[in-house]
Amino acid sequence: MAPEPPLLTMSGITKSFPGVRALDGVDLQVQAGEVHCLLGQNGAGKSTLIKVLAGAHQPDGGEIRWRGEPTALRSPLAAMRLGIATIYQELDLVEGLSVAENVHLGHEPTTAGFVVRGRAAKASTAALLKRLGHAEIDPGRPVGDLSAAQQQIVSMARALSHEVRLIVMDEPSAALDPDEVDNLFRIVGDLTADGVAVVYISHRLEEIRRIGDRVTVLKDGRAVAGGLPAKTTPTRDIVALMTGRNVEYVFPERPAEQAASEPVLTVRGLTRRGEFAPLDLDLRPGEIVGLAGLVGSGRSEILETIYGARRPTAGQVTVQGRVLRPGSVRAAVRAGLGLAPEERKAQALLMLESVTRNVSVSSMSRFSRGGWLDRGAEREAARAASPRAVAPPRPAVRPRAHPLRRQPAESGPPPAGCCAATASCCSTSRRAASTSRAPSCTR
Amino acid sequence: MTQPAPAAGAAARKPVPADDGGSPWRASLARADVRTLSLMGVLAALIVIGGITQPDAFLDTDNVQLILTQASVIGVVTVGMTFVIISGGIDLSVGAIVALASVWATTVATQEYGFAGILFTAVVVGMGCGVVNGLLIAYGGLVPFIATLAMLAAGRGLALQITDGKTQMVTVDGVLRLGERDSYVLGLPPLVLVFAAVTVVGWLLLNRTTFGRRSVAVGGNAEAARLAGIDVRRQRLYLYLLSGVCCGIAAFLLIILSGSGQNTNGNLYELDAIAAAIIGGTLLSGGRGTITGSVLGVLIFTTITNIFALNNLETATQQIAKGAIIVAAVLVQRRTAHTS
Repeated sequence: MAPEPPLLTMSGITKSFPGVRALDGVDLQVQAGEVHCLLGQNGAGKSTLIKVLAGAHQPDGGEIRWRGEPTALRSPLAAMRLGIATIYQELDLVEGLSVAENVHLGHEPTTAGFVVRGRAAKASTAALLKRLGHAEIDPGRPVGDLSAAQQQIVSMARALSHEVRLIVMDEPSAALDPDEVDNLFRIVGDLTADGVAVVYISHRLEEIRRIGDRVTVLKDGRAVAGGLPAKTTPTRDIVALMTGRNVEYVFPERPAEQAASEPVLTVRGLTRRGEFAPLDLDLRPGEIVGLAGLVGSGRSEILETIYGARRPTAGQVTVQGRVLRPGSVRAAVRAGLGLAPEERKAQALLMLESVTRNVSVSSMSRFSRGGWLDRGAEREAARAASPRAVAPPRPAVRPRAHPLRRQPAESGPPPAGCCAATASCCSTSRRAASTSRAPSCTR
Repeated sequence: MTQPAPAAGAAARKPVPADDGGSPWRASLARADVRTLSLMGVLAALIVIGGITQPDAFLDTDNVQLILTQASVIGVVTVGMTFVIISGGIDLSVGAIVALASVWATTVATQEYGFAGILFTAVVVGMGCGVVNGLLIAYGGLVPFIATLAMLAAGRGLALQITDGKTQMVTVDGVLRLGERDSYVLGLPPLVLVFAAVTVVGWLLLNRTTFGRRSVAVGGNAEAARLAGIDVRRQRLYLYLLSGVCCGIAAFLLIILSGSGQNTNGNLYELDAIAAAIIGGTLLSGGRGTITGSVLGVLIFTTITNIFALNNLETATQQIAKGAIIVAAVLVQRRTAHTS
């Protein structure tokens, strides 16, 4: 492939948002027919980079060459016309529209330019789904009715409905179970055999070893390494590049487990119909419990239900011997539970309010007398809390205490949710879609 | 989430109302059907109530023609409004645009150009206002609520300035004749035929064209629409333009109906149109809605008003009843949305 120019060359790409320099001179080179893996921690700039590549963001600086020619990707349409398709991690589907309507959104088969040929759209969608090994998905069904995994397939069908030369997959395996992942790899193999390039983003190093050809690592908006061989680069090096630390440092020492103390949090038979099956969980002081599972498997739902943000169908949550009123966040907060939800902007923060007010919003009653706020005390408390809030968080948490359905392997920051006995819960699953699969938290 | 599958399949096998027949989008249609059928049930119940309380007056041909005529003006506005709401927007200026278009089209200067001049002016003024709304919202970044609220104020003001508060009588025979019984086609006033035509065109536009599909996409998930290569801003511009054109057509119908143009025309149309769309199952947050539902919403509203008037109930009572109906309709729809 030496004489042929690379399919895509991005050099010195910069992109700033108010207050953030998301991309700080990123280089990326992709050859036709290769699987190019993009690695990096959350916030490293992967999403921004692929949005630039998709024409959804305009870069502030840098150059993009497509098959050797300087190119500007002024809109998503422009990128699609070149043959760049993107499968986003946040599902980019319109729930109210059917599968076929979503697949052809923006490029519907038409007569006279604007009358949609519904039957043709359905037929070609059915063909695409069949090619993806999912003939069972009805093109006429509303996308909102599908499981997270099926929606992922629809996203993929949409990408393939274009004439693709380069396809970007942002954590496509996150919602897929092992069989589905094999199916995905078969599709990736077919695509690359046809000379299509794949930019593959995943946190799972074992996947990158299996299908990747080369690896580019992003950190803090820069490409810290480009074009490393995917199969042979030692894991230790990759993790060090991603985190900027030595691997040993990623799992810090924790105090030895306290033996046989009474559980702080006890969950018995907690169920939400359609979201997760009965769950038992014990959490002792000083313990960190990881909840692992695929996207859509119910991780966030479980934590939100424990926290009272969702009302359980059955089961109970006990904190230090006191049974919490089901479905009451107030009761949970009073008992000393805290939730750091996955969607910071949507679920946790009042973006237009000050740090102080954000810190105090869930404990406002502590600073009020007869409804009047004691702003001094509020500021004081926020100041006491915020040094901790701005300090770098614990880089990673090792799931322990409960056998996990799926260990997040040896990758850098494992995408496992955690539930700490300090009564703060967090999860890293990416959307609140629900499936009938629930992680079995067997003990 | 394995439950919805068999439910949707079963619903798809239900008989489909004639006007929706032959659609390949069975599943989404089946959902809409539950709503449409329940709205038809409400309308049928109202007709029964009307028939029982005022058996002679209500079912009289003249009265039915009256109901349909009254529904026509607000109905045309509602079709445009439905598109805007489906796309996640709102148009508060429809009443003001109707007023402005109706007075602009009935000035002495405009009337010199006769029938065509009046029709042309009404539609172009409506379109112009819609374009201003659309530009402010799509390219100026204004929130639809604010942009159209400003248009409401300015449009009413301009209408008052044009008329100086006076009623402008129409002297063009061709226009006046359309309001007379001679020009009824198969017993239907031309106004009703225009309403029917706008409904059919609106239905086709929403269900059969890329424009309609994209409107739903913009309302359902604007970012997804953008990433799919849809020019979301241009789509928004077109949607407000469409609403403006509908207002222009409605203004023309109102001119025929009243034989005049007044700056007080179209008072509170925005609320009636929004209410009718919502009763018809259009989601105020966008992404879902049907023309059939909106039109049924309009007919339900107009029929209620008629029944109340025939039974000599006060306007105040009517208003209260309307408020109650809006709430009831939304609550019932939420239930059906959960069960279906």
